[in-house]
Amino acid sequence: MSAVPDVGSAVGGGGSIHRGPVARLVGRMGSGVVQVGLVAIALFWLVPSLGLLVASFRPEAENNSSGWWTVFTQPAQLTVKNYENLLQNPAITGSFLNTIYITVPATLLVIVLASLAAYAFAWLEFPGRDWLFILVVGLLVVPVQVALIPVAQLYGALGIFGSRLSVILFHVAFGLPFAVFLLRNFFAGIPRDLLEAARMDGGSEWTIFRKVILPLGLPAIASLGIFQFLWVWNDLLISLVFASSDVAPLTVALQSQMRQFGANIDLLSSGAFLSLIVPLIVFFSFQRYFVQGVMAGSVK
Amino acid sequence: MAEVRLDGVGKVYADGTRAVTDLNLQITEGEFLVLVGPSGCGKTTALRMVAGLEEISEGTVTIGDRVVNRVPSRDRDVAMVFQSYALYPHLSVRDNIAFGLQLRKMPKGEINRRVQHAAEILGLTDHLDRKPRNLSGGQRQRVAMGRAIVREPQAFLMDEPLSNLDAKLRVQMRAEIARLQRDLGVTTIYVTHDQTEAMTLGDRVAVMSKGLLQQVDHPQALYDNPVNLFVAGFIGSPAMNLMRARLERDGGLAVILGSQRLEVPDTLLTDHPGLEDRLGHDVVVGIRPEEMDDADLDGATRDVLTSKAELVEAMGSDVMVHFSVDAPRVVHGEDPDLDLEADAPGLGGGDADHTIVIARCNPRTRAREGEPVRISVDTTRLHYFDPETGVAIRSRASEPTQTESRKEA
Repeated sequence: MSAVPDVGSAVGGGGSIHRGPVARLVGRMGSGVVQVGLVAIALFWLVPSLGLLVASFRPEAENNSSGWWTVFTQPAQLTVKNYENLLQNPAITGSFLNTIYITVPATLLVIVLASLAAYAFAWLEFPGRDWLFILVVGLLVVPVQVALIPVAQLYGALGIFGSRLSVILFHVAFGLPFAVFLLRNFFAGIPRDLLEAARMDGGSEWTIFRKVILPLGLPAIASLGIFQFLWVWNDLLISLVFASSDVAPLTVALQSQMRQFGANIDLLSSGAFLSLIVPLIVFFSFQRYFVQGVMAGSVK
Repeated sequence: MAEVRLDGVGKVYADGTRAVTDLNLQITEGEFLVLVGPSGCGKTTALRMVAGLEEISEGTVTIGDRVVNRVPSRDRDVAMVFQSYALYPHLSVRDNIAFGLQLRKMPKGEINRRVQHAAEILGLTDHLDRKPRNLSGGQRQRVAMGRAIVREPQAFLMDEPLSNLDAKLRVQMRAEIARLQRDLGVTTIYVTHDQTEAMTLGDRVAVMSKGLLQQVDHPQALYDNPVNLFVAGFIGSPAMNLMRARLERDGGLAVILGSQRLEVPDTLLTDHPGLEDRLGHDVVVGIRPEEMDDADLDGATRDVLTSKAELVEAMGSDVMVHFSVDAPRVVHGEDPDLDLEADAPGLGGGDADHTIVIARCNPRTRAREGEPVRISVDTTRLHYFDPETGVAIRSRASEPTQTESRKEA
C-alpha cells in the first residue's frame, strides 16, 4: 500500500486508506495506455512490410495498376505465381545458394575464432593482454568503406579477388572485433571458481574451454551467431565489390534484377521474402538458447 | 593419501602485497588440519598455493614425496571444495560428480560405481539427475563434497565450505564432514574464519594472522596455552578477557586489577618462571569467561571480583554476565565474531581505563542488570602475557607442548 502513495494522494485527495487502490488503478490505466501505444506503433511500423508481403502474392499487372490494399476487397487476385517464377529463375536460386555458401562459413568462422580469442582475453594471462584487447575493440570504429580499396588490392595480389573466399574473409575480418568484444565480456562474467574447479578436476585449458566455457557461453554465442548471420546474409556492399557474378549472393542478384526491368515489384517482393525466411528460421532456432539464468545453482 | 608439507612458503603478489610469510606446516597422512584466522590473514592464499591455483613465491610445497611448485593443479592429485561450491550449472549432479573422472578417461563402469558410492555416502542418490539450480544449499554443498570424494585424491582442500549455509545446517554439515574425513582417512586442509569450526573439526589447528602462522597445535592445547594475545583472543567464544594488571607480592602473591585484587597461589612463580622478573611490573592477564562464575553459587572458595552487572544474557545453559573492571583494556587483535582486519596483537587503547569482562555463569545466577554482582575467579587458570610483545609468559607445564607440537609437526 505504501509502495505508491504519492500518485494516490494526488488523485484521491484526502482518504489515506484509499490511496493504495487508487494509485494502483491509475498505474494500471497508465500501463494500459502505454501498451496500446506500443502496439499501435508496432503495427504502423509493420505496414510497409505487410504491403510488400501482399504485393508478393499479387500478379504483376495488378501490382502495376492498383495498390496492395485492394486485396481486402478483392482477395481473388492472390496467387503464388510470383514465387513459382522466382524458384524457376536459375539466377535467383543460384544466388540464393551462394548466399548460404557465404553466410554459413562466415558465421561459423567468426564464432570459432572469436570464442577462442575471447577465452584468451578473459582468462589467460599473457603480456600485453589488455592492450591487445583495447586494440581489438578499437577496430570496431573502422568503417568497412575505408578498407574496400586496400583489401581489393590485397586480394588482387593474392589472386583471390572475385572469389567466394574473398567475400567470406572480409566478413569474418569485420565481424571479429565485435564478436570478440561481446564474447570476452560474457566469458569474463563466468565465475572464476568454476574454471578453477575444472582445473582442480584435471581439466586442461582446452577442456575447460570446451566443457565449461562453451556450454555456459551459449547464450552469448547464440546471439552473436544471429547477429553475424543477419549481417552477412543482408550484406550488399561487400558482395557487390568483391563477388564476381557467378558467386554473387541473393542481395546482389535482386539488385541487378531491379536495374534490368525497372519496377518489377512482383519479382523483387517475392525475392525479398525468400531472403527473409532463412534468417527467421535461424532466429527462432537459436532463440531457445537465450535461457535466463544459465548460471543458477553454480555458485552460492 | 599423502603427507602435505609447506616449507618456508611465502606469497608476494605482483603489486608487492605480501599475503603469506614463511609458512611452515606439515600435515601427516590422514590428518585433518584446520587453517583459521580473520579474513585477509592469508589462510586462503596458503590453501590456493597447495591447490596450484596461486603461484608459490617462496619456499616449497610437497605432496607425498613430490615437490609440486611447478606442477599444474590438474596433476597435483588433490581435490578442492570451494566456498561457492562452484558446481557446473549445465551438468546434472551425476555429471558434476563424475566430471573429474571423465576427464581422466576412467572406464564408465568404474565411474558409475564411484559416483553411486559417493551419492550413497552423501544421501544424494535421489538427486543424481537434477541440475544444481534445483538443489538446496545443503545439497549443493554435498555435491561439491561428492566431486572431491570420487576422485580419491591425495588430499582434500576445503575453502570455507560451510560459510554459505545457515547456522543449523552448518552444524549438521560440520559433523558430516568430520565423519566423512574420519571414514575416508584422507589428508585434509580446511580453511575457515570460524574458530568453533576450527576447534571441532581439526586434529590440529593452525592459527594465522597477517600472513604469519601464530600457533599450530591440538585444539585443546590452543585453548589452554595460547602462545600470544592474538591466539588467546581468537580461540574461544566468548573471547578471553584481557586486561592490563600488575603482579605484586604484598603478603601473598596477587594480581592487581585496577582497584581490585586477586590472590594467586604461591606456586605461580614456580609454574611460570618467566613471571619472576615481572613482580611489581605490568603484565597482561587473561581470564576465560569459563573460569568465572557467580560467587554466591560457588561457595566462594576462589577469589572474587565485585562490580555491577551491566548486561546479563541468558543463553539457557549459561548466563553471560558483563561487568566492568577498572583495569585498562587490552586490544588483542580482533573479535573473532567480527570480520575485521586484524590489528597487531599488543596493547591498544591506553586511554581505556576500564574493561568490560564477560563471565559465563551458572544459569541459577541471580545477577540482574544494574545490580551489584560478585564474580569468583579460578586464579589457578589465569593466562599471562608480556604487555610489550604480546607473547605468553607460559607455565612450565605448557612449554614442552609448544616445542613438541613443532617437532611432531
